[in-house]
Amino acid sequence: MAEPWEDDELEGPVRKFMYVNRRAPYGTIYALESLEVVLIAAAFEQDVTLVFMDDGVYQIKKEQNTEAIGVKNFSPTYRALEGYDVEKLYVERESLQSRGLTVEDLIVPVQIVDKDQLAELMEEQEVILSF
Amino acid sequence: MKLSVLVNEGPYQHQSADSAIQFTTAALKKGHEIFRVFFYHDGVNNGTRFAVPPKDDRNITEQWTALSKEYNLDLVICIAAAQRRGILDENEAKRQGKDGHNMADGFRISGLGQLIEAGIQSDRLVIFGD
Repeated sequence: MAEPWEDDELEGPVRKFMYVNRRAPYGTIYALESLEVVLIAAAFEQDVTLVFMDDGVYQIKKEQNTEAIGVKNFSPTYRALEGYDVEKLYVERESLQSRGLTVEDLIVPVQIVDKDQLAELMEEQEVILSF
Repeated sequence: MKLSVLVNEGPYQHQSADSAIQFTTAALKKGHEIFRVFFYHDGVNNGTRFAVPPKDDRNITEQWTALSKEYNLDLVICIAAAQRRGILDENEAKRQGKDGHNMADGFRISGLGQLIEAGIQSDRLVIFGD
């Protein structure tokens, strides 16, 4: 049985968290450390939404090979998100199209949304973290 | 209002840390509650007491420490981000077998859960970064 103080730590409202990924997976550490936040956050059983836009769409591109830059390829971790019940993944349409990509190029199933739909989704959120 | 602050960039190279201090100070002076200030990415570098900026410039880490003392602020440095960047408190230095520690007074090291908790517990999470 959980002690009362342990119970307290887990109690609290479920809030709508959105993580907006806007940068390329390599070149800066934002994408990797964003993913680390999402994975930890999953343990808190909040309502989690992920958005990939701008160069952030490259984070979930298939067949990443980082051998030549000597950096760990962390893209397989995105496939683990489903196991953490993180299933609301959105990609902004124009970001994908302008980079010559389609959903076929992505390693995880996503919903494609346009800017207006994304704005509506953002309106619904309580906490938005942009990386 | 109950607020939390997230600082995502290191001191001096970006204005984020200065803006975060100024915002936090202004909010406290207006009577708002700051539930927590969380340091992530290069933001963890705000917590090193080994930085020695020129005397005629501001000392950002000392500003945080002073603010923490005056208002009993909770300044939390992300452990994962800190380990990558060499920000260590005494315990962590011992645990990792390092010969020194550099965390400034008023800061503490903890996990990313503290950021999520800040998002859950606060009316607003205000983010400073690029």
